[in-house]
Amino acid sequence: MWIIKLAWKNMWRNRNRTAITISAIFFAVLLSTVTNSLQDGVFDNLIKNVVSFYNGYVQIHKKGYWEERILDNVFEDSKELQHTILTEDNVQNLAPRFESFALSATETNTKSAMVIGISPDKENFITQLKNKIIEGNYLTANDTDILISEGLMKRLGTKLNDTIVLLGQGYHGSIASGKFRIKGILKFGSPDLNDQSLYMNLPLAQEMYGAPNKLTSYVLNLKTNDEMNQTARSLKNILGKDYEVMTWEEMMPEITQHIKTDKASMYIIVILLYILVCFGIFGTLLMMMVERKYEIGMLVAIGMKKIKLIYLLILESLFTVITGCLLGILISIPIVYYLKINPIRFTGEFAKTYEEFGFEPIFPASTDSNIFIEQGIIVLLLGLILSFYPLVKVLRLDPIESMKKM
Amino acid sequence: MKTVIDAHNISKTFNKKSIPVLAVKNVHLHLEKGEFVALVGPSGSGKTTLLNLIGGLDKPDQGNILINGIDITKLSANELIDFRLHNIGFVFQSFNLIPVLTAKENVELIMQLQGRGKREIKERVQTLFQEVGLSDKLNSRPAQLSGGQQQRVAVARALASKPQFVLADEPTANLDSKSAANLLDIMTKLNQEENMTFIFSTHDQRVIERARRVITLVDGEVNSDTGTYLELNHGNSLI
Ligand SMILES: Nc1ncnc2c1ncn2[C@@H]1O[C@H](COP(=O)(O)OP(=O)(O)O)[C@@H](O)[C@H]1O
Ligand SMILES: [Mg+2]
Repeated sequence: MWIIKLAWKNMWRNRNRTAITISAIFFAVLLSTVTNSLQDGVFDNLIKNVVSFYNGYVQIHKKGYWEERILDNVFEDSKELQHTILTEDNVQNLAPRFESFALSATETNTKSAMVIGISPDKENFITQLKNKIIEGNYLTANDTDILISEGLMKRLGTKLNDTIVLLGQGYHGSIASGKFRIKGILKFGSPDLNDQSLYMNLPLAQEMYGAPNKLTSYVLNLKTNDEMNQTARSLKNILGKDYEVMTWEEMMPEITQHIKTDKASMYIIVILLYILVCFGIFGTLLMMMVERKYEIGMLVAIGMKKIKLIYLLILESLFTVITGCLLGILISIPIVYYLKINPIRFTGEFAKTYEEFGFEPIFPASTDSNIFIEQGIIVLLLGLILSFYPLVKVLRLDPIESMKKM
Repeated sequence: MKTVIDAHNISKTFNKKSIPVLAVKNVHLHLEKGEFVALVGPSGSGKTTLLNLIGGLDKPDQGNILINGIDITKLSANELIDFRLHNIGFVFQSFNLIPVLTAKENVELIMQLQGRGKREIKERVQTLFQEVGLSDKLNSRPAQLSGGQQQRVAVARALASKPQFVLADEPTANLDSKSAANLLDIMTKLNQEENMTFIFSTHDQRVIERARRVITLVDGEVNSDTGTYLELNHGNSLI
């Protein structure tokens, strides 16, 4: 008990120095939590966008579909198959899709379009398609009308309530064709989606392509996205070799790559930050040892065992580092929350990259408590590792030597 | 009669690799309980080195040092720290005290190191501060005390651990003559009333006059020794 008291008093012996050390630690924790929260927020948001815009976290296709997206690679929709997938623990929901290309035409223009047959409610549940309606209405269950994207509408030079003609190659070489009224206009951030997509009810699409009850994919929604890879693996096992189970990471390797490189560069910045802090802490420890050399020598001379001295010095560093860490965490919480409510809007190159992927470059910070705990613990450990220096000094200390006249 | 220190033919050489300095040369030293000894001699004569040797802070190149019958030259560095804690009281020339602790806490510290009980510590601190005449300075920081007062706290601390003897290397060197006399008064009183053994080095003539036994060192050798005043131990004051 007395040793704890002594450590506490020693910590405040040189107020300025302690204040400098604490603020170095404080800023390290603050900067690293804020950067990490921002980064995680950026990626969380990015991934959320990917999912909500189109692909979903996991998709199931007939084996080979993703490589070659032709109608030969479709599979039979069935209650049993859906049931098998939905009984997998982490799967919350699925939406069936039938996707294929077609030529869309008005009286004057012909453009290529991606026809997506959907089950309106299920699709909306996973990709919030309804929210992308900017004009007109969303599909109902038995609708024979269609939704088209704003870009496609402009390219065709058509408008809401107009009728367009679709023409494509159907299943087994048949001809797919039909005439549809435009019931709603959708706007997507992604140029690809915005320039080509065209939605209709699933049975309508299946009928047009001559492929009743056939699907190109199931789009899955998960309960916990953290377990996406395990879920995908176990679905692969259950469904066997006739199907392919793909995560968004596999479907969009360019985004996965982008996140990886971005995280790597952020790691380097954070490591540099930690190195700076280490120098700061080490410097003060060095000064502290020089300043207290005589006193520590005297304590050994009068009979303080070195193990007790080490205990004392570790307590002193612990107090300092913990104070800095706690302050850092306490102050960073409101800052991070502020950045969550008032998200950062990127501009320039960075913004362009995101716009190319089709997302608005607005990024709220992540308030995942793990970030705070993790960064706090890292700095705490760094501080403790650094305090080994005085310990080594103490172990080697000779009382006569250290008490020589200064 | 109880022997406290029995050093036999001890020597210590520094700078063995370059120009060797024979700091202590074949010294025999025998101290009985209750002695009050001044170690004198010119600067560089080996007083500090000899005190470090008998205080277990340094090891001789040759010879044995028995404290209360234990040969401390045979102890490991760690055993020596513990030995010092329980057997030797130290008063250094200056900066004896931990600046962040109060006078009282500085004295308590050594007893806490010894693992003594709270009550015993509390009582002993009161007694000791009374004896060194600083009962009103219990809660003062070292910086708030004069040099003389700081040395008196150091004496209180040295006694707190109930050592075999108190060892003081030039305890009055940084004090004015009044404070020095005052410190000597206190040491003398503790020597008489508690039969505490003191050995201190000095080159201050006024301090030497207060000693009951004076050992003179010249070039690391004992040049003269006034011998043990046996009558001290029968309670007869010399002053
Ligand atoms: N650590 C050391 N290294 C080298 N020489 C030393 C050391 N300590 C003391 N000496 C030398 O030993 C001699 C005795 O020194 P010291 O015991 O300090 O004398 P005093 O205390 O009487 O002034 C001196 O010549 C001094 O220079
Ligand atoms: Mg000396």
